[in-house]
Amino acid sequence: MNYEAVIGLEVHVQLRTNSKLFCGCATESGAEPNTRVCPICLGYPGVLPVMNAEAVRKTILSGLLIGCTINRYSKWDRKNYFYPDMPKNYQVSQYDLPLCLGGAVQIAGKKLGVTRIHLEEDVAKSFHFATTSGVDFNRAGTPLMEIVSEPDMRSSEDAFAYLTALKEILITGGVSDCDMEKGQLRCDCNVSVRPVGQAQFGEKVEIKNMNSISGVRRALDYEIPRQIAALGRGEKIFQETRRWDDDAGKTFVMRTKEYAHDYRYFPEPDLMPVTVSDAQLAEIRQQLPELPEAKRQRLVSQYGLSEYDAGVLVATAALAQFFERAAAGSPNAKAVANWVMAVAEIHLSPVQPQHLRELVAAIDAGQISGKQGKDVFAVMLATGQGPARIIQEKGLAQVSDPGALEGFCSQAIAGNAKSVAAFKAGNLGALNALVGQVMKLSKGKANPQLVSEMLAKQLRNT
Amino acid sequence: MSLHTQTIIELRDQLRRGEVSAREVTQAVLDRIQAVDDRLKAYLWLNPDDALAQADASDRGRKDQPLAGIPIAIKDVLNVIGQPCTCGSKILHGHTAVYDATVIRQLRAAGAVLLGRTNMDEFAMGSSTENSSWGVTRNPWDLERIPGGSSGGSAAAVAGHEAIAALGSDTGGSIRQPAALTSCVGLKPTYGLVSRFGLVAFASSLDQVGPFTKTVADAALLLGVIAGHDPLDSTSVPAPVPDYQEKLNAGVRGLRIGLPKEYFIPGMDREVEAAVRAAIRQLTHLGAEVVEISLPHTDYAVAVYYLIATAEASANLARFDGVRYGARVRGADVLETYAKTRGAGFGPEVKRRIILGTYALSAGYHDAYYLRAQKVRTLIRRDFEQAFQKCDVIVAPTTPTPAFKIGERVDDPLQMYLCDIFTISVNLAGNCGLSLPCGFTAQPKLPIGLQLIGPAFAEPTLLRVAQAYEQATPWHTERPAL
Amino acid sequence: MPEDPNQINIDHVAHLARLELTDAEKNKFAAQLKDMLAYVAKLGEVDVTGVEPTAHAVPLTNVLRPDEARPSIDPALVLKNAPESARGLFIMPKIVE
Repeated sequence: MNYEAVIGLEVHVQLRTNSKLFCGCATESGAEPNTRVCPICLGYPGVLPVMNAEAVRKTILSGLLIGCTINRYSKWDRKNYFYPDMPKNYQVSQYDLPLCLGGAVQIAGKKLGVTRIHLEEDVAKSFHFATTSGVDFNRAGTPLMEIVSEPDMRSSEDAFAYLTALKEILITGGVSDCDMEKGQLRCDCNVSVRPVGQAQFGEKVEIKNMNSISGVRRALDYEIPRQIAALGRGEKIFQETRRWDDDAGKTFVMRTKEYAHDYRYFPEPDLMPVTVSDAQLAEIRQQLPELPEAKRQRLVSQYGLSEYDAGVLVATAALAQFFERAAAGSPNAKAVANWVMAVAEIHLSPVQPQHLRELVAAIDAGQISGKQGKDVFAVMLATGQGPARIIQEKGLAQVSDPGALEGFCSQAIAGNAKSVAAFKAGNLGALNALVGQVMKLSKGKANPQLVSEMLAKQLRNT
Repeated sequence: MSLHTQTIIELRDQLRRGEVSAREVTQAVLDRIQAVDDRLKAYLWLNPDDALAQADASDRGRKDQPLAGIPIAIKDVLNVIGQPCTCGSKILHGHTAVYDATVIRQLRAAGAVLLGRTNMDEFAMGSSTENSSWGVTRNPWDLERIPGGSSGGSAAAVAGHEAIAALGSDTGGSIRQPAALTSCVGLKPTYGLVSRFGLVAFASSLDQVGPFTKTVADAALLLGVIAGHDPLDSTSVPAPVPDYQEKLNAGVRGLRIGLPKEYFIPGMDREVEAAVRAAIRQLTHLGAEVVEISLPHTDYAVAVYYLIATAEASANLARFDGVRYGARVRGADVLETYAKTRGAGFGPEVKRRIILGTYALSAGYHDAYYLRAQKVRTLIRRDFEQAFQKCDVIVAPTTPTPAFKIGERVDDPLQMYLCDIFTISVNLAGNCGLSLPCGFTAQPKLPIGLQLIGPAFAEPTLLRVAQAYEQATPWHTERPAL
Repeated sequence: MPEDPNQINIDHVAHLARLELTDAEKNKFAAQLKDMLAYVAKLGEVDVTGVEPTAHAVPLTNVLRPDEARPSIDPALVLKNAPESARGLFIMPKIVE
């Protein structure tokens, strides 16, 4: 029996905002416990929430980045359950009318669907000791975006690619720093298996506690075979929550917080619905950054780069930006690209983008040779100086003055009768020896291309 | 002199003319509290030194603020920084407020002396103040009877002259009903007019803070201080606040008074009915036109209220779990700690409502109870909208009976809920409502209240009608023989 | 309205609400809940076809605040109100996952 896995991911992303979702407490992490709190995020008696406009904007932006439909009317709901990390013992979230619906994340070869994105408040953090637990409410109330995927993934690789792509998109969008180690991006998996060809899904198991994207892959690489093996032994898979233990390399059944949650959702009376107008949507669209994939395609079409080269350049946003500044107005973007890729992280070096453009122009105009260009580049890299200055200071400018060159050519022809004879006899390679002579006579400054042409012409005419 | 029996406006004039000091006024009220509160039990907390210090500061400072030097009592449901805030509940025993409610900041800015904290039904759930964990407050007109609820302490304090005015809260009638039963003026503002930030929430879509005063003019003044948009309250309406005192004496000529036929029910106390009908006749003598109107869904209001209010309350009270504040009963684990803390900390009425509200929201019942109630609520709102096309103000009794005896209804929650039958719809629709004295029963002499109901933000009209009636009648001059 | 308001699982509801009730309370509340549900059943008579539920008493939308950080509260104040605190944390019995 062949089985296939069906995987869906629930990703929680902490939004990069200055303040929390409902109050002015700062969202920066790393502070002493309970120092970024106020009556509102502590759920004190009598407090009320006021929605952070930037959190709403960033959620809509995220939806646009992955092709979601933005709900023009969106509302807030209370999700009721008791837990020590919950200041109010209800979480303000979105139930039936979230900010974003649909959407997809593109990975190599396929699109992985997204069901919805909604905005909610994060919960506090607990620390566990021998017989007690301690709660730090600094994190409580941080704006949290929940992205629910369709169950489109079929392998741990799919999941890995989805998370990598999603993270890149959100970072590019300035929505979040997505650092999983800091808890800015958290992921739960829902995974089931079914016989290949069966339409119905198998029982899904929820996996929690993966602390990195590769951890998600490892967890799935364990869980999928575990389920298949269990079914193979005639066992049933039950809907349950399991905890991934990265050290042990296994999932274990969790003792759940309570049996089936009854969240008793109802509309949040303290918060007003959000409506998004055409004008607002257009304004947010204007603020959309170009995503890596789109940029890659554009570099290929706009600058004539190879897919490979474009791929290298877009790997880092700053590098791509450096290249585009260097290539702006240059007739030879490919050459510019080659120089950009000549050393790693050139955008962090002293080299200025426009200097690369100038370097390519100097070589293409024959002012210096390609070989000389490499020397100039080395100085540019070390000093940050522009090529014009370096060429001048080192007196590298090739001699291209026809009069001078004609003179050197005549001299070479006159002094190398053997090579001349060889050339006339059909040995084209003998020309190179004559070019070498002219280079010696000109102290290496002659433009070898022009010299070659000139010699050939002179020899034809004699 | 009897400063403590005077009104805000009377005292304010004397204070401004320098005829009396703020300290004298506060001292007079404190003396009165000392004299009668062991019988009335309106106050849960009082710090005389703190009150006098505020009065002294007022004497040293500005005299032009609207409430400069006026001692005002605060229902124990509003946060006042540094003061206990128990909402009449054991579960908040020992809790100290760490911030000021917005209305408190407004009172301070207006120069008021924050007097003390008054008794209430636990978490504002009740109609008699018998549900307080700290004992029941007595009606100044008959110490064997309830003062109403949930703001019974504030009402008794004003009626018993233990405060010049007070703040209360109204979710289903908790200002208007006690005002009616104790012969003061009680006003529930339009939902969204007064900030709820710092008001411990009972039912978020129904709660409002409002004034208890001795006269309509005082109510207009106090409303003007606490009304206004608050950026800390998302449900607070960003509209400018009118001058409530401006057209107060414009009279009722040309106004149409609506009489809802569904509000004059069999089983209503005959004296209450008689007093209210007499009041209506008085209003017509003053020039108002009476129009019969219908509020067809009246019969469903109590049912709607007891599903919506309890559902919202079940969520609002979930935060009382012994983790961050309040009293805790330690259990073997987290679950037990929650359950024991809440089981021990909440009184029976609160538990009853949490259970009903939780049930109404729970899986399988949400649509049939909570959702259906919200739909019928829309119909009740429409009833009022349609009625207000035919009239400017609706007139009705505030309560079906005068104050009943302490203990008379505690064992019958449903009977208790029906006390609110005339006031509840106003909260459901979000409209404004006011109760003012319109007479007394014969034997014993118990106050009867007249309710005026207005469309959203029609407080100026409400106050104008109330003022005309009050000034043409003697009720506001009566005092309990305490 | 639901079939049988007589079959109220008071234990379940009390658990959802985290309320520890004595047996006497359970019996009393179950009976009172039954009465109240019987009373509110009259809402079933109302024709609510096409009627939108009222979620908010005021018709406001887009009530949003600018993303500005403000000072937080002095932790000493909040920990003072805590029933139990240690190392700057709010202490509870151990949370078992």
